[in-house]
Amino acid sequence: MTVDRPWRIGLRSFALGYLALLLIVPIGLVFFRTFEHGVGAVWESITTPAAVSAFWLTITVTAIAVPLNTVFGVLCALALARGRFRGKAILDAMIDLPFAISPVVVGLALILVYGRGGWLGDLPFQVIFAVPGIVLATVFISVPFVVREVTPVLREVGDDQEQAASTLGASRWQSFWRVTLPSIRWGVAYGVVLSVARCIGEFGAVSVVSGKISGETETLTLLVEKRFQNFDIAGAYAASALLAFIALGTLLAMTRINPRREDA
Amino acid sequence: MIAVRDVRKSFGEFVALDDVSLEIPDGSLTSLLGPSGSGKSTLLRIIAGLEQPDTGTVVIHGDDATRVPPQRRGIGFVFQHYAAFKHMTVRDNVAFGMKIRKQPKDRITARVDELLEVVGLSGYQKRYPNQLSGGQRQRMALARALAVEPRVLLLDEPFGALDAKVRAELREWLRRLHDEVHVTTVLVTHDQEEAMAISDHIAVMDHGRIEQVGAPRELYDRPANRFVMGFLGPVSQVGEQLVRPHDIEISLAPGEGARQAEVTRVVHLGFEVRVELLLEASDGEARGDEPAGRGRGSVSAQITRHEAEQLELVEGGVVWVRTTGRTAVPA
Repeated sequence: MTVDRPWRIGLRSFALGYLALLLIVPIGLVFFRTFEHGVGAVWESITTPAAVSAFWLTITVTAIAVPLNTVFGVLCALALARGRFRGKAILDAMIDLPFAISPVVVGLALILVYGRGGWLGDLPFQVIFAVPGIVLATVFISVPFVVREVTPVLREVGDDQEQAASTLGASRWQSFWRVTLPSIRWGVAYGVVLSVARCIGEFGAVSVVSGKISGETETLTLLVEKRFQNFDIAGAYAASALLAFIALGTLLAMTRINPRREDA
Repeated sequence: MIAVRDVRKSFGEFVALDDVSLEIPDGSLTSLLGPSGSGKSTLLRIIAGLEQPDTGTVVIHGDDATRVPPQRRGIGFVFQHYAAFKHMTVRDNVAFGMKIRKQPKDRITARVDELLEVVGLSGYQKRYPNQLSGGQRQRMALARALAVEPRVLLLDEPFGALDAKVRAELREWLRRLHDEVHVTTVLVTHDQEEAMAISDHIAVMDHGRIEQVGAPRELYDRPANRFVMGFLGPVSQVGEQLVRPHDIEISLAPGEGARQAEVTRVVHLGFEVRVELLLEASDGEARGDEPAGRGRGSVSAQITRHEAEQLELVEGGVVWVRTTGRTAVPA
């Protein structure tokens, strides 16, 4: 399609301006403000016991939720793309629930089920206002990403290669590892990146179920909010920058994870 | 030998195979020929174990393979759309089955190189499938299937996705390869010329049934019914008989059993000449029960250029025709 020159320039300026206003300027400002008073102050503010605990809690919760949802997501995508069973449409719709429901509602729902007097309120260990609750909330809100990334890739790839593998003697398991997984790896990788981003950034659901006990059930996002409320603006900026660095690290790790050439 | 006995298969309401029995002799190249929806691919996939028959049995080399999964049937399968492993090099594609069988590395390397030589892809070991043409991909797929030394090679419209020229080349090449390796081969095709050109035997299928099995020439000359006759070559109807257009003799004088006809069109197609004729109705023949779209009593005859020149045919001229060939089935 050919577009007139003024139009082209106009469209580009609009796209860049939009991104700059909504993304680049705010994030850039966070980094600017963070390091305004030097690296030392930042380092101090992110190495307080509360911050370190928050950092590790966020990492732990993500490290549990993401692998869980990756395995579930790939299995679920296989079922949706390959399987023929009753209730497939219902499963398909259910996957999107975490997208549709507000995270705060998710948190409240978890309290209803696992909280005092709830259906599963009598478990031998504490769920609500403890780490298991945070994990549950995080798992719930990050369910759809891997499924939604992998299902269309599986449909696109088709089952020809899997059939070929079976005629060549590969068991289902071998065929999955050697043929299916390599052909959907980019879908999986992208789903994992999105899941990680969502997990470390989750606020609403976690905020409801965590109880915000400093040094125990406080994640990084909750720490940012608390510092902000307590007028510790520099501390809030520092914690935010830490969050941004984790996200950036995940993105870079994912793009480097598979050095093999991609098919065109 | 592969023996398929009383196999039925339906997909919902659709009956893909309706009580099919077929024997495929060892070392032969047999084609399953039929229009789309005739059940030929389903039959092949049942032999491979990629589909399960509703009833009936499949016996491969004396063993009942009906419930044996495809992994353990000793087959090689070639798909219409190659089914290449896109994330693997040509070498890894061909080596796949041998790696699964945990064969020693040096043996795998030697065998892959040997097979790529056979299929004419030497030097392509490090390429990826998307760097190959369609014909090359299919030859790679064939090498991959042969690598596991299958007892039976099954090909599902292997040349269907290729253009006509490559298709004809690969067809000849496959026949030569078969003459060298002698693996029992079953090929599915809807192209009668392809089936005629390379098969030892053809099984003609329609609507989930096998209509006739035989050598190509046998089917062409002695078709069991009008479907087989029509599917294997052109057909003209003369009176109550279906005949091959080249089995219609044209002469300028009346003779024994000849009928009068008017020449409506003469088409020169190089060596052969197609003559469109309009038969004169006589003695209750050609009563207008011809297939729709054709003129009453109109017949297409095929003669050589030499014959056409001798007859000096002109449009509107009157000639006498009679059928000569062995090949005729009642209309």
